[in-house]
Amino acid sequence: MLEWLENEGRECIRGRDFPQADMYDFRQVFGIFPAPGATVTLTRRDVEGIALLARLEITEQELPVYVDSLSRILGFVDQLSAAATDGVEPMAHPLENQVQALREDLVTESDHRDRYQANAPEVEAGLYLVPKVIE
Amino acid sequence: MILHHLTAAEIGRGLRTAQFTSSEVTRHFLGRIDHLSASLNAFITVTPERAMADARRADAMIARGEGGPLTGVPLVHKDIFCTAGILTSAGSRILSNFVAPYDATVVERLSAAGMVMLGKTNMDEFAMGSSNETSWYGPVRNPWDGAKVPGGSSGGSAAAVAARLSPIGTGTDTGGSIRQPAALTGLTGVKPTYGRVSRYGMIAFASSLDQAGVLAQSAEDAALMLGAMAGHDARDSTSVDAPVPDYAAQLVRPMKGLRIGIIREFFGEGLEAGTERSVRTALDSFRAMGATLVELSLPNLPLSVPTYYVVAPAEASSNLSRFDGVRFGHRCKEPRDLLDMYRRSRGEGFGAEVKRRIMTGTYVLSAGYYDAYYLKAQKVRSLINADFRRAFSEVDVLMGPTTPTPAFAIGAKVDDPITMYLNDIYTIGANLAGLPAVSVPCGLVDGLPVGLQIIGPHFAEERLLAAAHAWQLETDWHRKLPPLFA
Repeated sequence: MLEWLENEGRECIRGRDFPQADMYDFRQVFGIFPAPGATVTLTRRDVEGIALLARLEITEQELPVYVDSLSRILGFVDQLSAAATDGVEPMAHPLENQVQALREDLVTESDHRDRYQANAPEVEAGLYLVPKVIE
Repeated sequence: MILHHLTAAEIGRGLRTAQFTSSEVTRHFLGRIDHLSASLNAFITVTPERAMADARRADAMIARGEGGPLTGVPLVHKDIFCTAGILTSAGSRILSNFVAPYDATVVERLSAAGMVMLGKTNMDEFAMGSSNETSWYGPVRNPWDGAKVPGGSSGGSAAAVAARLSPIGTGTDTGGSIRQPAALTGLTGVKPTYGRVSRYGMIAFASSLDQAGVLAQSAEDAALMLGAMAGHDARDSTSVDAPVPDYAAQLVRPMKGLRIGIIREFFGEGLEAGTERSVRTALDSFRAMGATLVELSLPNLPLSVPTYYVVAPAEASSNLSRFDGVRFGHRCKEPRDLLDMYRRSRGEGFGAEVKRRIMTGTYVLSAGYYDAYYLKAQKVRSLINADFRRAFSEVDVLMGPTTPTPAFAIGAKVDDPITMYLNDIYTIGANLAGLPAVSVPCGLVDGLPVGLQIIGPHFAEERLLAAAHAWQLETDWHRKLPPLFA
């Protein structure tokens, strides 16, 4: 279903002991939607691909729950396809006559680097540190 | 005089007539929080030093004859608003170490009005939920019944104000997150017109739907605080540059001749009998006050729920991509490489509901699916908007229930699809169309509050607040306190 999977490097999804996952009975949380429509049935591979695109690690235990719940949601929203929208403009803004606000291209901010970097997980000499990107 | 029995407006009047000081009032509420908040889990952070400093500043202002009706009145902020130097978590593990470097415009304006910040309230993670059970900080309890949810996502502010741990609070509403908890805890909740209140410094969930508002004891309190929050802000490009009316000065208006639309779709299957009875009684009262009631239909309204379930997650997946473990927020231990860091930081930092919505949004925006889902939903949104516009050519306001039932049990997870569907259908329409809407207490069902919702055309906040005020002059539902917190 999701061709882009073939092009994107697949990640091995590892099981992980993450306490919040135990807080919910997922099937109950996600059981609120009608059964999936005939048109949308995601596979484990689809959900692994979505999770990779979204840069989310999903555990082995979570995966089947998301396969089920995402299929249900997409089945539920599928009823939109029956709505007659020929010639209808997509809504860009709830208010009429709103235009994008523009301002002069002037410097309005002062330097807050130190204050902002106080929240960073790892900084050095004013730079944000991340794992090595280029070998 | 019992200070926590006073509304925000009454506290303001008492301060200006020197019946008590802001320091005394603030100490009283901090004491209540100290004794009672643990039973509700309404707060993520209590800020006693900041509160007392704010109170001293307010007392000095009042002594100089400065300030306004809210100067010296305490409040709580939903933990979605950035507060400089104070933890701002959005109810999420991923921001559980985030100390905001600046104030949200809402925080800044209410502070400038002389209000006193008592603390930051619990909420569904990133405002995604309607029971306050998705918070990383645990569920909030309803002061009316500790086994019940307070609603969500602004559940902490609702519980704090309902239990009178604070006279008033802020909230945000993306699909009902102010109105639904207001209804379930017996408060007056206001979701303003999209663009009325600045979103600057308010952590984004779905940017085309999010709007900041008020959880208050009365329409008068809500009018005062909305007036202080609202108005143009150059730092939010969707903020509307239109004058802010003096809402509080326009509260008293005759209901005679007000045309009230009763939405047929709101009174269908799944509406609990006691809730329906309370709402219909309220409608009869408006008729007795001289209003005319017109039944009408919004034929595309049933599509609002699937539309919301495309638009909101799509915008959320985009907004929440900023949480990458690089500049702020949670980072996983010992990442192997950049991709591993992104995936594990986000996998660990976000809860189940947030991940579900991010993935739904990622899917509907992905190549090949954009037209079928997001574009289609935005077109249907135009149809829903047109339904409302047609309705408001015939009537002045729309009225109906805010929720289909009173508060449900913590952990119960509503699994009846029809009830869940109605829960959303009542509130989501106003967000999709950017309309202002108010929930006011209209009864108790087996000891639990229920709410009457009033929806108006764009920028009709004063009309909604006047209707709410007229109702509150006739009734005392808004004066009822949860027995354990009286």
